[in-house]
Amino acid sequence: MIQTISLWIMPMLILCILSYATFKRAPAYEWFVEGGKEGIDIAISILPYLLGMFVSISILRESGALDAFIQLFVPVLAFFGVPAEIVPLAIVRPISGTASLAMMTEITKVYGPDSFIGRLVATMQGSTDTTLYILTVYFGAVQIKKMKYAMKVGLMADFVSVIVSIIIVKLLFM
Amino acid sequence: MIHLIWALMAIIGIIYAMIHGTMEEVNEVILTSAAESVTLTIQLLSILVFWLGMMKIAQEVGLLQKITKLLTPVLKRLFPELRHNNVALGYIVSNVIANMFGLGNAATPLGIKAMQEMKKDSKDGEATRSMITFLAINTSSFTLIPTTVIAIRMQYGSVSPTDIVITTIISSFVSVICAVLFDRYFYHREIKRKGGWKE
Repeated sequence: MIQTISLWIMPMLILCILSYATFKRAPAYEWFVEGGKEGIDIAISILPYLLGMFVSISILRESGALDAFIQLFVPVLAFFGVPAEIVPLAIVRPISGTASLAMMTEITKVYGPDSFIGRLVATMQGSTDTTLYILTVYFGAVQIKKMKYAMKVGLMADFVSVIVSIIIVKLLFM
Repeated sequence: MIHLIWALMAIIGIIYAMIHGTMEEVNEVILTSAAESVTLTIQLLSILVFWLGMMKIAQEVGLLQKITKLLTPVLKRLFPELRHNNVALGYIVSNVIANMFGLGNAATPLGIKAMQEMKKDSKDGEATRSMITFLAINTSSFTLIPTTVIAIRMQYGSVSPTDIVITTIISSFVSVICAVLFDRYFYHREIKRKGGWKE
């Protein structure tokens, strides 16, 4: 059931967009190409971020330091049913989108995309945005210096998102 | 903050390798991981080009504006201060919608426009209530199709790369609701403490 819904969302969205555009007699192909070009720019501009983070995380992992760090958390987290492997991602997610993307990729590679951990990190990555980045960009753009309780709210919501992701992925896939 | 984390991960890793004798692995992974990120970027290209192309059609043909209209009543409840500020509300909805469809690049300028509108109610560079609500929604907001995540799952051989779409939607839906509740809680606490919202 869940798999079917997930499977249908993307094709249905494409169907809606294309039929509506055709109905409106719009130059859909032209717009598609135009939008696609933006995709190239984005991919290229992500590269340095991704590469930098990838190398840094890989060093930490290959040296064995990451495992040692995770082991510190295992007893506490296991008690609450939280897999320790996701702890670094949960910490980095609100701080940097590209860093957490690189971390999520790394974990997917190690544990496999269809494992519990693999699905969990994918859900964590997709279900929230980078709090710190958003606050910096938006408040910075209009020169707001006193953020008040904005940061607290954002980080608390991120925490909830991690917990909910664990519960949902456990419920639906285990 | 991120500068520190980035540098520390590498520094700690190298020092740890010095002590535990894993320098060989570290040395090798510096080159392989760099190469890997380039491969990954190329794989990301395909799905980014396709999806941004699709979204461009949705935007140009007026589909996004249609959804914006549908959502306006809900937004008026969320932003009581902006009830009569249709310009700000319009930008806010467009931003949320653009985010939902994974149009990060289109979303940011719209969000900044919304912030500029809301800044008119701000004094001494302090965040207003609406601004915080807006950013609370924004930071926990989600994409309907998490394209990048799907692309990565595809690359590592997932049998069903899109099967996380539904978990992602549920998880982000719950976190958006919690973000709004937290926002309301802190707002009312502030009022109590100061005997009124300082504006």
